Amino acid sequence: MNAVKVFVPRDATALALGAENVARAIVDAARARSVDIDIVRNGSRGMFWLEPLIEVATPNGCIAYGPVKAADVAGLFDADFLHGGAHALRLGAVEDIAWFKQQERLCFARVGVTDPLGVADYIAHGGYRGLRNALAMSGANIVKAVTDSGLRGRGGAAFPTGIKWNTVLGAEGTQKYVVCNADEGDSGTFSDRMLMEGDPLCLIEGMTIAGVAVGATHGYIYLRSEYPHAHRALNAAIANAYAAGWLGADVGGSGKRFDLEVRLGAGAYICGEETSLLDSLEGKRGQVRFKPPLPAIKGLFGKPTIINNVISFASVPIILDRGAGFYRDYGVGRSRGTLPIQLAGNLKRTGLVEKAFGVTLRELLYDYGGGSYSGRPIRAVQVGGPLGAYLPESQFDTVLDYEAFAAAGAMLGHGGIVAFDDTVDMLEQARYAMEFCAVESCGKCTPCRIGSTRGVEVIDRIRANVDREKNFALLDDLCHTMRNGSLCALGGLTPDPVVSALKYFAEDFS
Amino acid sequence: MAVMQAIDANRAKPGALLPILHAVQDVVGYVPPESLPLIAHELNLTRAEVYGVVTFYHHFRSAPPGRQVVQICRAEACQALGARALEAHAKRTLGINFHETTSDGAITLEPVYCLGNCGCGPSVLVGDDELHARVTPAAFDELVKTARAAT
Repeated sequence: MNAVKVFVPRDATALALGAENVARAIVDAARARSVDIDIVRNGSRGMFWLEPLIEVATPNGCIAYGPVKAADVAGLFDADFLHGGAHALRLGAVEDIAWFKQQERLCFARVGVTDPLGVADYIAHGGYRGLRNALAMSGANIVKAVTDSGLRGRGGAAFPTGIKWNTVLGAEGTQKYVVCNADEGDSGTFSDRMLMEGDPLCLIEGMTIAGVAVGATHGYIYLRSEYPHAHRALNAAIANAYAAGWLGADVGGSGKRFDLEVRLGAGAYICGEETSLLDSLEGKRGQVRFKPPLPAIKGLFGKPTIINNVISFASVPIILDRGAGFYRDYGVGRSRGTLPIQLAGNLKRTGLVEKAFGVTLRELLYDYGGGSYSGRPIRAVQVGGPLGAYLPESQFDTVLDYEAFAAAGAMLGHGGIVAFDDTVDMLEQARYAMEFCAVESCGKCTPCRIGSTRGVEVIDRIRANVDREKNFALLDDLCHTMRNGSLCALGGLTPDPVVSALKYFAEDFS
Repeated sequence: MAVMQAIDANRAKPGALLPILHAVQDVVGYVPPESLPLIAHELNLTRAEVYGVVTFYHHFRSAPPGRQVVQICRAEACQALGARALEAHAKRTLGINFHETTSDGAITLEPVYCLGNCGCGPSVLVGDDELHARVTPAAFDELVKTARAAT
């Protein structure tokens, strides 16, 4: 009899919920019962309320069970779960669960489905088709496909990826670089982490396509040190890609070279800002650079550099595989394609929802999120990380679209959505925004470095009822200075959560 | 010795300073201030440059930590699920502030700004890679008990 495949996630959130103990219990029970199984440590399907979610490959497709605790394992064997047997935790096929079925998974198509580290499995699920196509195209045509797809930087700034690549393509230089910004520091975001743990070869393929397109032979993934599980997955996947001939001197037999390595950050939020990241990669303090020159002209070690977010790179293989038009057909307005949205904070059903742009915040919070985890009313939502505005119920019909969010005075950013229930104290949240900026400022420009500390003090005085009117005016003035005088988005956007808290939740400041 | 090994293993890399500092801290547990002149000399940097880098990054520590490092996420998604209360509980029960070590040398408490477990907070990281989800104050006490027993 062939070994039955059992999928137990190695995703960090699944591990945090006990997946390692579940995997061990399954191996032990199988041995005790002399059953032949083959454990695959996959990524997460992104339904965290069902994690650890295990799947069993049966002749009728994969059957899921969850959330599974180690103590449930004996009972699952008794129920013959290896053949899809009935059990209280049986969920059926993941693809039939409405929460999952209604998604449009392009970037995350393989996450949770394949063995993240296996090149053969990756190829069997459509991997490396994009790169194969790219290797037969001119650099200009690859860049044109990315441009035509409408892909915009998924890190948050939403700059058209193809335009960035075109600048590097046209830049003079014998040495160019491809750098992946995997410094996913925004609270409420974890799609980069899930992709790197669940389908790292997709990121590797996307970066290789970028290298082939612009003639860059070396790539770096700058990964935050807070992601040890992603670090292991990336290193293992890179080693496997080298062994299979998809990295190195002869990528896919094309004669083209592309080398790739992971570099660890060291706990600095500001290194998610691309020029700080480049300085950090060069071995310096991660301080923001003046622009121009753009990194595309003068980037890493002064050379032309493509620098993109994990999800931007990981969206490229499918564009080169299925064509620019296929990708562009998803989405609304100038926001084309899909966005891996992360539901976080106080929600019942948190996790990863990949949808075409155009879904509303309300659908995500209630239809997908299921309302608050605590059962209390959702009072505030922060989208786009610690520099994103706080939105009240009246804004929940905002459509996920870069321009619609900008029009609402908010920012879609990296697609992280953090919900708060009605116990939240918005003055505290505004104070925290300033405090966070003070902790993480790189110190190069005064509005950010000093303004954030003064911001904490001013909010403390407002809370203590000291010269309220004067201090409100001062806070307003300070926010204006930070917004217009800061060198980068950290100081420039920290006022957004503060000002939106004041605007929409004024009662918390009285 | 360990420092020289870390230097030699990484010096050929472009931008070698961060990889070297990581390697030193991984082996020694911190970046000893007395190692900075050696690192600076070997990389042809000034001591001020190396000191500037070590002190810029939250991850690098200049003194030995306790036997176990416990990091509590302070960021918004965890706040939405009670991280502020957890932080207060941790400081009170351990009798220390962030960046401090318990008097028995067992636990160093550190803040962290996001562990990427934002769907299942509050999140706590014990040691290098032991991530915990939905950590209540009671669960935190258990984690600390286990961490103390393990060291």
